Amino acid sequence: MIRFSEVFKRYPGGGDALKNVDFRLVAGEMAFLTGHSGAGKSTLLKLITAIERPTRGQVWIGGENISRIKPRKVPYLRRRIGVIFQDHKLLYDRTVYDNIALPLVVAGLNHAEVRRRVRAALDKVGLLGKERSYPLTLSGGEQQRVGIARAVAGKPPLLLADEPTGNLDPELSLEIMNLFAEFNRVGVAVLIASHDLELIKQLGYRQMVLDHGELVAGGEQV
Amino acid sequence: MRELSIRHLQAFFFSLGQLWRTRWGTAMSVAVIAVSLTLPSGLYLVLQLTDQISADWQGGAEISLFLKPKVSDAAALKLAGQLQQQPGIAAADYVSATAALEEFRQKSGFGSALDLLDANPLPSLLRVRPQTDQADPAQIAVWLEEFKALPEVEAAEFDYAWVQRLHGIVQVGRQLALMVSLLLGGGVVLIIGNTIRLAIFNRRDEIEISKLIGATNAFIRRPFLYSGFQQGALGGASALLLVYGSLGLLAPAADRLAGFYQSQFTLQIIGWVELLLLPLIGGLLGLVGAWLAVSRHLRDIEPG
Repeated sequence: MIRFSEVFKRYPGGGDALKNVDFRLVAGEMAFLTGHSGAGKSTLLKLITAIERPTRGQVWIGGENISRIKPRKVPYLRRRIGVIFQDHKLLYDRTVYDNIALPLVVAGLNHAEVRRRVRAALDKVGLLGKERSYPLTLSGGEQQRVGIARAVAGKPPLLLADEPTGNLDPELSLEIMNLFAEFNRVGVAVLIASHDLELIKQLGYRQMVLDHGELVAGGEQV
Repeated sequence: MRELSIRHLQAFFFSLGQLWRTRWGTAMSVAVIAVSLTLPSGLYLVLQLTDQISADWQGGAEISLFLKPKVSDAAALKLAGQLQQQPGIAAADYVSATAALEEFRQKSGFGSALDLLDANPLPSLLRVRPQTDQADPAQIAVWLEEFKALPEVEAAEFDYAWVQRLHGIVQVGRQLALMVSLLLGGGVVLIIGNTIRLAIFNRRDEIEISKLIGATNAFIRRPFLYSGFQQGALGGASALLLVYGSLGLLAPAADRLAGFYQSQFTLQIIGWVELLLLPLIGGLLGLVGAWLAVSRHLRDIEPG
């Protein structure tokens, strides 16, 4: 699903954000990405969604080499990846329904299909009945669930999450992680960047550790 | 194809909804656009009316040929017939000295004074009326020279100086209207460009998120382009109302003025095509403005 081969990323005027990173995440696999802040977790996720391009090395997503992907093709790559953010990145002037429908409308699905999929996604994250609410009337955990529903609504084969539990208490964090595990069980590959080491240990999935841009553990599949 | 038209409809109604949500701001920019479009189109309309009136007057303009006293009625009628055959001449009427005297007696009120004269002091006259489309000053000057050279003609007169002057004024007015249109049209493009630029910055987060979840540039661009078109078209429609509203106010006064000159001044009911023209021009200017803003600023907003 994801393959990094000798990937370097250097920002202009900065040091190496990633140094010689090499790993694979196969289809249907779930893994955590950990490391101190500034270790390169966010950079790695940005390479996967083609927000950034590698300075050296190759990145493959679903068999496609995206190291030098053309801007015109980027939207179609992103439609195959569901992304969840620490700050949710919801549209606060739109209802929960409209937020979740956005990727589907963007992908050009028809009205009936959009409605069906939004309801299915809401059902999966346990927010049925909140379609007409605005995100600000929801709790932090519920907002994150809306973010997850939006990411999975398009049924992507790959989910990426950047510190999805960063602002949540331990109990809610576990709920959210279990939600990811559920999607993984039905065959979705999941990569979660997190520094909640205790929770990760508790869940027992593969753990990749970045240290100053180098992948120091978990590069091999378990 | 069907999918694409659905997307366009979505973008169309979405941007209409956005305009409604920001209706006060929208109303302000639409008002500015309306005023900018009212000025040149009002000017054009006034020019068109002036042109129409002056054409009326020119159509009624006559060249008077005063005949030599010795020319007989028969000879005069024959000349009138010849002139009428000339291209560009609509009519040539003969007014005999007797008839001219009769007319003068009736119109002037000097009837009894005229009776004191032992001979008719008036010459006989040919009234030559050019065809309306031939009545430009240069052609009339040529005819005047030609007619003066005729052996039967004592003198030929045409008071064309004022026609020439009016012609000149209308010409200058046309150029002025063109300049004003270009300037204010450019103004409309800039106004809408700026409005769209602000809208883009206001919805920066939305654009960023849309790009993150796989929206193409075309998808993001579309509602902004529609928004520009819609604001321009609304401005054009408002300008139409303003132009006809103010003409309606002006009409009675203009009618009275025209009455002094024995001319007709009528506000024509214009056709559907012309009714649509102003909103369409506004819409196209809006589209250009939106396009400028979008191509300049949308690229800068990338998730990072």
